Amino acid sequence: MTDASALYELKGLSKRYTRGKETVAIFDELDMTISQGDFIAIMGPSGSGKTTLLNLLGGIDRPSAGEVLFEGRRIDNLSQGQLAKWRARNAGFIFQFYNLMPTLTAAQNVELPLLLTSLSGKARKERVKTALDIVGMVDRAGHRPGQLSGGQQQRVAIARAIVADPKVLLADEPTGDLDRTTADEILQTLQLLNKELGKTIIMVTHDPEAASYAARELHLNKGRFEERGKA
Amino acid sequence: MNDATLIRKNLFRKRLRAILLMVSILVAFLIFGVLGALQNAFSAGMGTAAQERLVTVNRINFTVALPYAYWGRIQQVEGVRNAAPASWFGGYYQEPQNFVQSFAVDPQSYLEAYPTEIVLPPDERAAFLEGRTCAVVGRALANQYGWSTGDRIPLMSNIWQNTDGTQTWELDICGVFDDTEGTYPTNYLMLHYDYFNESLRFGRNSFHWITINTNDPAQNDRISQDIDALFANSPAETATTTEAAFNEAFMEQFGNIGLILTWVIGAAFATILMIVGTTMVMAVNERTREIAVLKTLGFTEPRIFRMVLLESLLLSFLGGLVGLALAAVAAGAAANAMAGFLPPFGLSLANVLTALLLMAALGLVTGLLPAWNATRVRISEALGKI
Repeated sequence: MTDASALYELKGLSKRYTRGKETVAIFDELDMTISQGDFIAIMGPSGSGKTTLLNLLGGIDRPSAGEVLFEGRRIDNLSQGQLAKWRARNAGFIFQFYNLMPTLTAAQNVELPLLLTSLSGKARKERVKTALDIVGMVDRAGHRPGQLSGGQQQRVAIARAIVADPKVLLADEPTGDLDRTTADEILQTLQLLNKELGKTIIMVTHDPEAASYAARELHLNKGRFEERGKA
Repeated sequence: MNDATLIRKNLFRKRLRAILLMVSILVAFLIFGVLGALQNAFSAGMGTAAQERLVTVNRINFTVALPYAYWGRIQQVEGVRNAAPASWFGGYYQEPQNFVQSFAVDPQSYLEAYPTEIVLPPDERAAFLEGRTCAVVGRALANQYGWSTGDRIPLMSNIWQNTDGTQTWELDICGVFDDTEGTYPTNYLMLHYDYFNESLRFGRNSFHWITINTNDPAQNDRISQDIDALFANSPAETATTTEAAFNEAFMEQFGNIGLILTWVIGAAFATILMIVGTTMVMAVNERTREIAVLKTLGFTEPRIFRMVLLESLLLSFLGGLVGLALAAVAAGAAANAMAGFLPPFGLSLANVLTALLLMAALGLVTGLLPAWNATRVRISEALGKI
């Protein structure tokens, strides 16, 4: 049975690594449902598998066993090419170290995901402008990453993540490289995207303060989830 | 923005490196173009007709003369339609450095030997046949020294001595010949053999080579053997070959241009291949993280493969086309400087097409490995964490 309202369903998800002759289980038989419009913070100690889980949700890695369903369709058994197309259509990624292309301007960086669509050049430009406007970076559109601060780069990265209007934003320690003030600004932006635009956000973080911006906190420890309620 | 923007930006992300790579490719294609053009000059006049004409020279080499009487005997060989003797004059104009490629020929038989290649207006042709002091010059040579019909010029020889004690022959330019096919050289002068021969202080009644037209080119092998058999065991044995082979042997005095071309270009391209190939692999390795980001965003592996390969091809064509353009300019300058020695030359269509193929091959070969490596980038490993 699949949950019609669920964006993601994880069923009996396992991930194991082989280290020499030893097989190490990151997590085993994990079940979870993520609904459309959720803002989830995944927390847990180092090595607990937070990033691995995010990779599985983003179609970057494959599980050792179990299923990852997105809108009721399995994505864990798609080919590399199908996964690439799935990511382009459905997922926006935000990295800890921004990962902008150093040779491109902010606007060109934001435009990158749109190259995978059939939008015209004019339509792409409008989308880029809107995305940069949402993150307050329109006036820096012509700047290269090297000319921007860390916080500004992360804003551009967020604009790149939302420009193709994906259903889910996957963020791995999005504020891990930023000072508190800038981190709060970024988290407020993510919160805005969740509340105002209804974006589903799954964020991995070590930072309890960052996690406090999320609607749900899931703690991954020893291969199991523990959900902690929000006040 | 599109994929082309990304390719261009990636290629020039380290501008100095890209420029140095392009210069190294440019140099390879410059060498290729200039040597190719030079080879064209050396093979000028080696068309189909040259394959069908025969040339008889002294077996020792063509600088050793043959007795004048051989001309008559060769004309008697079955299948020989026309035989045209010629002597190397070794001329210069005013100063020894003004080399003038010049031959003393029998006008009637020589013009008959080259019925389509040498184009001379009828009145100038008649004047050349009649006037003993007449000379005709090719268009390129006439242009080089500003000569025209009606001019009287002193032509000096660095080999022969005139009976008057000088090394100068006064010549009347009775005509300027052209070339119908555009492949036959027009950078030489022809004077009357009789005028030359009768005024020689030494070495009379001999010639250096004889050009032969036959009734049936299919019989050329047999005719060559018959001619050489005629003079076997004589003090001046002959060697008869096709004119094309003779020209080739003549040009090989300056070196085997074809072999030099192959070796120089081979060495240049092998070096370029290693330099560009290694640099491209390094350049793409430096971008592993960015490639992983592109894959994360949804760029497919075939698309990334194509982008890296096109980057390599762009590099190859940018360097190659500039190199080829410079080669065309350099060949033009060289052709002017060597107008007295070589027929007009430049890059041929075949040179350009070969160069384009080489550019494509260079781009593909140097781009395949990095392109393949780019597709093998694993996102989770390259980014460590997403």
